[in-house]
Amino acid sequence: MGDKTDVWQGTLALMVLRTLDSMGPQHGYGLARRIEQTSGDLLQLNYGTLYPALLKLEQEGFIRSSWGVSENNRRAKFYELTKAGHRQLKKAAADWEQTTAILARFLTPAEEA
Amino acid sequence: MRKLRAFALRLRGLFRANRSDSDFAAELDSHVAMHTEDNIRSGLSREEAHRQALIRLGGADQARQAYRERSRLPFLETLGQDVTYAFRVLRKNPAFALVVILTLALGIGANTALFSIVNSVLLNPLPFPRPAELVSVHESKANFDQGSISYPNFRDWQRDNETLAALAISHQRRFTLTGATDAERVSGDYVSSDFFPILGVKPALGRLFLPGEDEIGRAPIVLISAGFWARKFGSSPAVLGKTLTLDGRNFAIVGVLPEDFDLSVGNFEAGDLYVPVGQWQQPALNNRFAGLGLHGIARLKPGVTLEQAQADMNGVTDRLAVAYPQADHGIRAKLVSMRHSVVGRVQPLLLVLLGSVGFVLLIACVNVANLLLARSTARTQEFAIRSALGAGRMRIVRQLLTESTILALAGGALGLLLASWGTHAVLKLAPMRLPRASHIHLSLPVLCFTLVISLAVGILFGLLPAWKVSRPKLQDTLKEGGRGVSGTHHRTQDLLVVFEMAMALVLLAGAGLMIRSMIALSRVDPGFDPQGVTTFSLAAPPSMSTATPGAVRAYYREVDRRVNQVPGVEGISLVTGSLPMTGNDDESLFWLENEPRPTNKNDMHWALNYVVEPDYLKIMGIRLLRGRFFTTSDNQPAPAVAVVDETFAHQYFGNKNPIGERINLDGPDKAVTVIGVAGHIMQWGLDNDASSPLHAEIYLPFMQLTDDDLSFQDGLGTDVVIRSRGDSASTMSDIQRALRQMDQQQVVYSAETMNNLIADTLAARRFSMVLLGLFAALALLLASVGMYGVISYLVSQRTQEIGIRMALGADRGHVLRWVLKTGGRLALTGVAVGLAAALALTQVMASSSMLYGVRAYDPWTLIGVTVLLVAVALAACYVPARRAMHIDPMQALRTE
Repeated sequence: MGDKTDVWQGTLALMVLRTLDSMGPQHGYGLARRIEQTSGDLLQLNYGTLYPALLKLEQEGFIRSSWGVSENNRRAKFYELTKAGHRQLKKAAADWEQTTAILARFLTPAEEA
Repeated sequence: MRKLRAFALRLRGLFRANRSDSDFAAELDSHVAMHTEDNIRSGLSREEAHRQALIRLGGADQARQAYRERSRLPFLETLGQDVTYAFRVLRKNPAFALVVILTLALGIGANTALFSIVNSVLLNPLPFPRPAELVSVHESKANFDQGSISYPNFRDWQRDNETLAALAISHQRRFTLTGATDAERVSGDYVSSDFFPILGVKPALGRLFLPGEDEIGRAPIVLISAGFWARKFGSSPAVLGKTLTLDGRNFAIVGVLPEDFDLSVGNFEAGDLYVPVGQWQQPALNNRFAGLGLHGIARLKPGVTLEQAQADMNGVTDRLAVAYPQADHGIRAKLVSMRHSVVGRVQPLLLVLLGSVGFVLLIACVNVANLLLARSTARTQEFAIRSALGAGRMRIVRQLLTESTILALAGGALGLLLASWGTHAVLKLAPMRLPRASHIHLSLPVLCFTLVISLAVGILFGLLPAWKVSRPKLQDTLKEGGRGVSGTHHRTQDLLVVFEMAMALVLLAGAGLMIRSMIALSRVDPGFDPQGVTTFSLAAPPSMSTATPGAVRAYYREVDRRVNQVPGVEGISLVTGSLPMTGNDDESLFWLENEPRPTNKNDMHWALNYVVEPDYLKIMGIRLLRGRFFTTSDNQPAPAVAVVDETFAHQYFGNKNPIGERINLDGPDKAVTVIGVAGHIMQWGLDNDASSPLHAEIYLPFMQLTDDDLSFQDGLGTDVVIRSRGDSASTMSDIQRALRQMDQQQVVYSAETMNNLIADTLAARRFSMVLLGLFAALALLLASVGMYGVISYLVSQRTQEIGIRMALGADRGHVLRWVLKTGGRLALTGVAVGLAAALALTQVMASSSMLYGVRAYDPWTLIGVTVLLVAVALAACYVPARRAMHIDPMQALRTE
């Protein structure tokens, strides 16, 4: 499991929400880099898959977007969390923690022993 | 909720495609620019930095595609693309599209046409409220399970039963309408008052008959049909209270029936007018023993079953049998569900036809599947390329599905056209008395049926090749230049062709047996020579009903004389009683000289009676086996005589010579002396004479009818048979003219040649033979198209192999034999499977008595259809085989 790995849709959405929550409004490229950094470069995103995921979140009303100017003075589209997005993040994070906790109980003894 | 919101936004995206596309392009540009800058900062050259940014993006096109799919509903969008593309592909190969569409259209068209008929006739036969409560009612007696009810019995049944909401009787009758125009014969029915209320019929104008108005001795009134109303009165509302002169009596019009009233059950058939049964000037009407062709309909009380009602009626009739032992001994009421009365006769026929047309549809579908399969295999490379260019597997499957669905819908639409035309064609072919024929049309459920069939065909058989195609390893296919086709394709196609051949054989066997039955029937000797014989009915002028018996006899003699003078007429005989092949039958009851007179009529012997004139035997070409037939001197003052047929003679006199034996006829009791024995004739029909209960026949001289019998003549009229030379139609119009000259008030009607009457008795059989033959031909055609397709495909796939074989020295004959052998093997396998299935199906035909004079496993029929099928299959192989034979080996090898 040490390899840099593809990220599938559901977890990607959670990472996006979490990253936007901690960083505030961010453009797509910045989000992608930040997610890779946070993963300690274990993850290597296919950036092309990030945008449909962002679009999906926006369609579901968890984030909204607007055009702005980047730190390097470039026009870029910025994404930020909505109220619904905050709620969704809490819920999804709780779900995820529960899932990993359960999985951990199964995996830990076998792996670590 | 969230999902719904997303869906709405995506739906909106469909219509704002350009805006969101350019928006995303800008976003993507800025993404790539930022990434490139970062890369440059980490030391890459500008060019390399840009390249790396694109790689990490996974390709700008792919990213755009993924984004586009999320921003709209790719399903709808690609559907549009698929449809456009499918049309383009199909246009490029019109022959393929045409064959598929025509194949489906034929299958679906035939199916829809027949389903329309079955839908109207079997599934929805009675257009009346709560049809399940309706029953037809008959009197069961010796020789007749569903005989006619006497009027007094009807009245008692009506009064005594406890399970029927209402009971009514009817009798079909023709009336002579006189008045402003020439005398005219109109069809009608005597009915009792409850008849229309039982069916829930409401008058279009005026009223129906009131209770009691149907009793004997009440005022003469009449109801008319909407058609008659329009024809005679221009649908004027002022018709109420006007009078019609029927058989010389005036009837007041009290109401008009609705236009859609149409029923044909038992002896009732919707006609021009309806008269209360009590108006029937039939002296025997009040005779408890006289059936007179009255049959009943009834409505069960709610919640009462047919069995309960039958048990109740059994009680009623048993009590009557005690009260009237003379007439009602052994008499029971017989209740039959109306649905069965109306459609029972045609049900097996229609079901067999529906089954066979289902086979045709199956064959058509298999054919289409086969064509689609062959084609998609040929397109393997196209799909491999498209897949390499980024088309998902589902996308390719969907593409194939779209194509086949379009074909199916086109086939369905064309099939519907064929169906509406075919329904009319089938109805024209159909025996005239197909129940509710006038109500048969393409209906909404039928439309849905077609749509469902065609869509199911498209999806089912579109999926099959789609599933196959999506399996091969695309890279391999690309490498192999598109011929990395596994053997399974051939196996599937082979299987489909075998299936087609088998089903075609089943249908051919069915049709073959029907044709053999027809041939057998055409060889049946009815016991008389129908060639040149014409029958018609004559209604005497209304004035004759008050004439003396002497005047009536003189009138009949004058009719004889006038008709005999018409050129071309070789003989005439007036006939009352039975007339073969017309469905008219009458019976004499008798006891033999050495027997005591039975106390009740149902214990007497029965024989079909033919009351005829001396020429009858000569006209009909009936053999005289012993003694003599009647002469003109066998008249009223002369001793009463009779001629019996061979069945009668054998049944009642055994090996004794019947000439000179005396028979006591019931009625006004009368002893007659047998003077001759005639050959047996088929009274009921060519195919059912053996299965009918009554065979003995007795001939009585017309001019020895008693005075009473003469005045019994209901409405005074008679049937007539003539033998004529030359054109029967022109002879008939001469006769008509001659009789009209004699008296303006008499009417000649229902003229028909005996040949046509016999043909009519076989109409249903011929109808199913023609249809089954048609379906079999269709199946044969479709199956040979299927065979052709598979063999063509095989040849085109093996061009190279054939080229190599020929280069290595195989001669053309060898190639031809190889192809024919491949096709022949498929055909023979199909035959083997088909024969097994055919034996099962023909058993069904035999058990529903569709066969005559031929066994269900008739070897000649089976051999014949097998040879035919194999020959056609080989012919279908021959075309591609010739193509294979003319492959130029050099050419075939070079194309690789």
